[in-house]
Amino acid sequence: MTEFLKANWADILSHIAQHVWLVFIAIAIAIVIALPVGILITRKKRLRTPVLGIANVMQTIPSLALFGFLIPLPFIGGIGPRTAIVALVFYALLPIIRNTVTGILGVDKAVREAAVAMGMTDRQVLLQVELPLAMSVILTGVRVAVVITIGVAIIAAEVGAGGLGEYIFRGLRLNDNRLLLAGAVPSALMALLADFGFGLIEKRFETGAARARRISLRAIAATALAIAVLVMGFGFWRAMKNRSGASGRGHFVVGSKDFTESNLLAEMVAQMLESYDVTVDRRFDLGGNLAHTAIVNGQIDIYPEYTGTAFTAILQHQPITDAKAVLDQVRREYSSQFNLVVSGSLGFDNTFAILVRGEDARKLDLKTISEAAKYSNKWRAGFGHDFMVRPDGYEGFSRAYNLNFADVKDMALDLTYKALASKQVDVIAGNSTDGRIAALDLVQLGDDRHYFPPYEAVFIVRANNMTTDSQAAGSRTVPILRSIISQLEGAITTEEMRKLNYEVDGAKRDKKNVVREWLLRKGLLK
Amino acid sequence: MANENNHKPLVDFRNVSLAIDGQAIIDQLNLSVTSGETLVLLGESGCGKTTTLRLVNRLLTPTAGQVMVEDRATTDWDVIRLRRRTGYVIQEAGLFPHFTVAENVALVPSLENWTKDKIAARVAELLTLVGLEPARFADRFPQELSGGQRQRVGVARALAADPPLLLMDEPFGALDPLTRSTLQKEFAQLKARLGKTVIFVTHDVREALMLGSRIALMDHGRIVLLETPEGFANSDNELARAYLDTLSEPSAVAGG
Repeated sequence: MTEFLKANWADILSHIAQHVWLVFIAIAIAIVIALPVGILITRKKRLRTPVLGIANVMQTIPSLALFGFLIPLPFIGGIGPRTAIVALVFYALLPIIRNTVTGILGVDKAVREAAVAMGMTDRQVLLQVELPLAMSVILTGVRVAVVITIGVAIIAAEVGAGGLGEYIFRGLRLNDNRLLLAGAVPSALMALLADFGFGLIEKRFETGAARARRISLRAIAATALAIAVLVMGFGFWRAMKNRSGASGRGHFVVGSKDFTESNLLAEMVAQMLESYDVTVDRRFDLGGNLAHTAIVNGQIDIYPEYTGTAFTAILQHQPITDAKAVLDQVRREYSSQFNLVVSGSLGFDNTFAILVRGEDARKLDLKTISEAAKYSNKWRAGFGHDFMVRPDGYEGFSRAYNLNFADVKDMALDLTYKALASKQVDVIAGNSTDGRIAALDLVQLGDDRHYFPPYEAVFIVRANNMTTDSQAAGSRTVPILRSIISQLEGAITTEEMRKLNYEVDGAKRDKKNVVREWLLRKGLLK
Repeated sequence: MANENNHKPLVDFRNVSLAIDGQAIIDQLNLSVTSGETLVLLGESGCGKTTTLRLVNRLLTPTAGQVMVEDRATTDWDVIRLRRRTGYVIQEAGLFPHFTVAENVALVPSLENWTKDKIAARVAELLTLVGLEPARFADRFPQELSGGQRQRVGVARALAADPPLLLMDEPFGALDPLTRSTLQKEFAQLKARLGKTVIFVTHDVREALMLGSRIALMDHGRIVLLETPEGFANSDNELARAYLDTLSEPSAVAGG
């Protein structure tokens, strides 16, 4: 662990700074919105219920759904910190609005009446009486919002906005507790620290506090300002750094989904592009179908996809088993519907793999799903959210093999491997190229009834990156990208992919190094 | 600062009614308050006496009729001006807990943008006037004061900008009997010295007899009797007699 910290402290610090920056900006915006709204609805009683209702609903929207909704939007959407901040602001509004209302309405009636009767204007009553007296309650709201936001900011990693969530998601994917802790411990400490700090400030605002209050208020304001300047400075510096990187000619945005294999394939393209001196912006780890939404909206230029996913989850067709027919139809419809180009197969198929523990498979002599079917009523299954809802997922699968599990747990895909290895569940639906299959001694049961459709890996590319008549700024890169893609088509076998995944997931090696070695060995770097 | 033209009413209720949700709280009230007098509104809770008071500084607006203050209807006044010219003292004092005693007293002068020196001098003068030593009390916060001291600050605050009219809503009602008695006596002297016009709400007949130059007995949103203290004491009005009877009850003695 100390070695890990020694090697990664700078990286961890920078993620902590990103996290703080996200939280700070989100809270600042949330206060700017929530405070006036809260004040307004103390004046307009009729608006109170609907406004609080809306803020309440906002808090219950799942982050992925929110991101899917936000990414196509102009100005507030897109991939990166902006979208994450918008989502965080959504989640932070309710506690601040609610406490502003509670605080102001909680001001002693006699005090308010005296203020009005002394001839204070509504503005003076608000600024000199209500807000100062409500401040400790409002600060409690901000405190709650900050603590919530520090926790929720983990999801920023889903849209490539960085922060400590990157460690947590990476740790889950790689089954690496050091990474998990590198994300979870700082964010927990941050939440505790914020809670403690705000507690101190609140005490200062409680009425009846010592009269030295005013001086310390100034000190608090100065400290807050200093932190703000520091954090803003960091954010500005980061933004400038990013911009200077993006200003080079032939700038390219490579996206990926949020699992190792997608990262590796995207990293291959990124490194090959970089060997041609093309500047690459990596927007990895996009959850769900966010990568698709992002490429359709021009947020990314290229990302690795699977034909089966494109066919069923995006084009909404019923699954079929003919690999070539699937690829052809995906190509046709992606071109006409989305103006996206689909590469040829990269050479391997990453279909769902029904996995059981090696010891169970050996003890019961299981090779295929059909052979395992009779045990299903004693087995607990753990399936990813994706698998539970896909048209080629759980429902059809259990029908095709006549399965009737004792229990079916709907959980995060990454956790299913761990759950299977630690005997929390007895069967899972993983990916056939997953490195953890070998690492955790799992056995893939054969799909003897050919239920699962083909999931050939391909690259999805925006059409203007692939056609020479394009007026796009990046047109210089068109021949480069074409040659890179044609070199990768058919270049990776299932065994190779599993090995590459294992290097990262099992041997815990750095993705970039793994990809670099493989590209060199294959002679794919210029 | 007494108002010279004694024949003219400072506050004049002209056929004033107030209904809330269709229910009459004040019913065709006619009442003139002349400059320099202390008019006591006496009655049980719910009789409309506090409502009557709140109509004067337009915390409430009549649904019919007019409340004239210095010959102008409250609805024609700039409400902020009207209120700054009208001192207001309520039962719980309503001091700002986040203001010091000095800041509480200085409230209206500050709103009126007096100079710092003038405000400081006025605060010292007023605290002395209400019997609070400025050096000891100016920098305290309301929660560091006793109930009686808070009420003194409340009176000082109401007097700060030297308003011709003072509205007092059971100002001594929440105090213990001894403190109440002291403050009543002090206030009687104070108002004699200052010559303010006062409208004073109470349900305590002893207080009414002691402080009022006239007593308006209210019942169900109407004035049922309007008399001097002597006239009130000799009245054969049934409600007035019921009030007067309480004076001879042993339980009321402690209040005096």
